[in-house]
Amino acid sequence: MYFEKIADIVRHHLALDESIEITPASSLKEMKIDSLDVVEIIMKIEDAFEIEIPDEKLPDFHNLGDLANYIKSVKES
Amino acid sequence: MLKRVAVTGLGCVTPFGIGRHALFDALSAGRSAVSLVSSFDTSEFKTKIAAEIKDFDPDPYFPKSETRRMDRFTQFAAVAAKDALIDSGLDLEKTDKSRFGIVLGSGFGGIATTLEQHKNLLERGAKRVSPMCVPMMIPNMAAGNLAILFGLRGPNETLCTACASSSHAIAAAFRMIQSGKADLMICGGSEAPVNPLILAAFSSMNALSKRNGEPEKASRPFDKERDGFVLGEGAGILVLESFEHAKARKAAIYAEIAGAGSSADAFHITSPDPDGLGAASAMRAALADAGITPDKISAVTAHGTGTVANDPTETKALKSVFWEHAYKIPVNSIKSMLGHALGAAAALEAVAAVSSMMSGLIPPTINLDSPDPECDLDYVPNVARKAALKYVMTDSFGFGGQNSVLIFRSLRS
Repeated sequence: MYFEKIADIVRHHLALDESIEITPASSLKEMKIDSLDVVEIIMKIEDAFEIEIPDEKLPDFHNLGDLANYIKSVKES
Repeated sequence: MLKRVAVTGLGCVTPFGIGRHALFDALSAGRSAVSLVSSFDTSEFKTKIAAEIKDFDPDPYFPKSETRRMDRFTQFAAVAAKDALIDSGLDLEKTDKSRFGIVLGSGFGGIATTLEQHKNLLERGAKRVSPMCVPMMIPNMAAGNLAILFGLRGPNETLCTACASSSHAIAAAFRMIQSGKADLMICGGSEAPVNPLILAAFSSMNALSKRNGEPEKASRPFDKERDGFVLGEGAGILVLESFEHAKARKAAIYAEIAGAGSSADAFHITSPDPDGLGAASAMRAALADAGITPDKISAVTAHGTGTVANDPTETKALKSVFWEHAYKIPVNSIKSMLGHALGAAAALEAVAAVSSMMSGLIPPTINLDSPDPECDLDYVPNVARKAALKYVMTDSFGFGGQNSVLIFRSLRS
């Protein structure tokens, strides 16, 4: 559920076609987006889950699955 | 030696649709684009009308992945530029893009983005201000984005002289080609100011018409009953090209830019010099630049805003430059139909003026029912008129007293 919501946010933000697959192994880096998009997507994710993701945590997220696991741990702790 | 500069492409986004034909057909028919504002609640506003672009959709022109990071004013510019490039018949793959530049004008730039992000700041705090705020709000981003979209690496600049912005931009692009710094230029301007702040701000100055009950009759330049201008929006783009380049690719040359003149009133921040001295000075400078005497001008596309102050002042300026010939020249104001698109207005007027030269038809000044005694020229009242046009002058005057005048020459015999 966490990952699906994140994938929706990424897809909507980047206006990605449905044919482009987003999986837990997908990383924002490989989507060839710039730092401005990364900040915006993180802001949208924070709003959607009503959490704050500390900047220093960002390098720990190698892919969207890592991000989903982090949010799950915060929300369910 | 200075190069001659051809107009070889025209594009626009207006309330009448996309493209020069949609614009010129509506103007020639005397249609008004003014209606009640639909994009926000105006119940607390003195003025509730504007010439809004409703249902604008850039999707058929660019993928969402490109337009999602553009303010509305940049989207207007992008669509108008694509339209102008298609109209020019240029094949970008066969064009030296290092010799192809862009100069655009805008008065406010990405004002919608500024307002949205300021609201975020106040309501949700500093951490909620988008990283896209700056790249969407800054007025030079329309020209920057066009360079990226089309890969144009020539001179790239943005001019900001309020309601004269896009006239100054066309003049600057003209000079670039004239002096050999570029072979091709995209130029013009865009503006998307129909939002609560700008409507309230112009309203506070008593600059806007309050004829809310009859929106289509609100913009009435040179009429005794005029009570201010009507806010408009859109983008106008011209493709300029050196004669050599245009002829080498057998392009259709719509008109030539014959000259441009610029001046300042040096009088007041918003009111024009009551004697029209600054405006007249820009007109004389453009005539001198074109190397023609005033009697050669066949028609004038006026600044003609419909404010109490502009119209008699512009009339005085025209009389002081043209003397008795002023009474023989048709002087129209398309703002009577399109409203005042501020930084985009002059470019839209240039598109209309060149279209007039090509078709031999001058769009009317609508709503001119009872002429102001102080405005006693031939303003082409209410009905379009056929005329053979050799030289057409377009006037543009901005707050700050910044004036720009362009002269176009028809190559038709």
